Amino acid sequence: MSTAQAQIQPKWWSGGKSPFNVEYGKLMMWYFLMSDTFTFGAFLISYGTIRFSQNYWPDPNQVFNAFPFAGHANLPLAFVSLMTFILIVSSVTMVLAVHAGHKNDKQGVIKWMIWTILGGIAFLSCQAWEWAHLITGEHAVLINGQIQHIGTTVTMNPWGAAANVPMIDGHHVTTTGPVAFGGYFFGITGFHGFHVLSGVVINIVMLIMAINGTFERKGHYWMIEKAGLYWHFVDLVWVFVFLCFYLI
Amino acid sequence: MEHSANSEITFHHEAGGDDFVKKIIKTTVLLSVITMIELGLGLTMYAFPMAEGFKLFLKGVIVILSLAKAFYIVGIFMHLGDEIKNLIMTICVPLMLFIWFIAAFLMDGNSWKNLRNSRGKSIVPIEQHSPAAEGHH
Repeated sequence: MSTAQAQIQPKWWSGGKSPFNVEYGKLMMWYFLMSDTFTFGAFLISYGTIRFSQNYWPDPNQVFNAFPFAGHANLPLAFVSLMTFILIVSSVTMVLAVHAGHKNDKQGVIKWMIWTILGGIAFLSCQAWEWAHLITGEHAVLINGQIQHIGTTVTMNPWGAAANVPMIDGHHVTTTGPVAFGGYFFGITGFHGFHVLSGVVINIVMLIMAINGTFERKGHYWMIEKAGLYWHFVDLVWVFVFLCFYLI
Repeated sequence: MEHSANSEITFHHEAGGDDFVKKIIKTTVLLSVITMIELGLGLTMYAFPMAEGFKLFLKGVIVILSLAKAFYIVGIFMHLGDEIKNLIMTICVPLMLFIWFIAAFLMDGNSWKNLRNSRGKSIVPIEQHSPAAEGHH
């Protein structure tokens, strides 16, 4: 290599500095997130495999059409769009917290961390409502020649194809759908929700440390940056959960 | 510990002040717009009857839009785009495993369906059995 280039480029691999120009903790956070990507990827691909192996799969527009306080109004995907929007916004407030940290702006960090935590809690509350609605929302289903009212759980799926019987109380009667639907839905959104929950806990710890002035004494807010990477990853995973369960 | 951590970093990325905030706002708007387009396509599939092939095409478009969203979240929000190239490569190259991972397993699922539909026999059955055993699974 020419000497001109050697002058511009620092000698990354000669020791004494990080060859990737990041601190150890941040690099390891990146590698953890990469491995977590494979965990989620394996879950979603397993879901895809089962879905491809079935002749029938429930239409997400029919399953996810409820909205809190809207009664039985048919609002396909509206609630999950709200959840997506909440998570995107909380991701943005996290970026702003990291940005305030770069400027050693303690008040800014505290303000934006509080908004991020509120966003996380709002998302979890939405998910709790959605789960409760799916589990307790019962539908008339034809099982072994008898009509039963069942909700969506890991062992029951009322979202099958239409059954060849008359309507009950103005609702179509269906057959049972593929049982894997509930298992995958609750399993994967639950695993994601658990990530959100742990992200909220981490963010609360970061907020307390920021308020106590721990980062001020350290002279930098890099911990906020690492928590931020995790939080963005949670948002990133939701993009794909949203894609696989709700959109396609 | 903190001392050695400080000396690990050779240069800092430009935090960029107001320019950076503008970039964040732009990215947020972009992510929201892409999400709304995705929703629009999803609802189009629901509201209008269409051929299976066209539905599949729309689903493909939605997948590509989601990948674009992932690119912006990782590149801008997570600042991976600002890191040096070797770091980007150690993150992105292993992820190429997904190309095989997705293709192999979805094809496996599809083959499973075909086998089940033909009751374990070849897809073009030589002799047709009575259709009484229409699968109860």
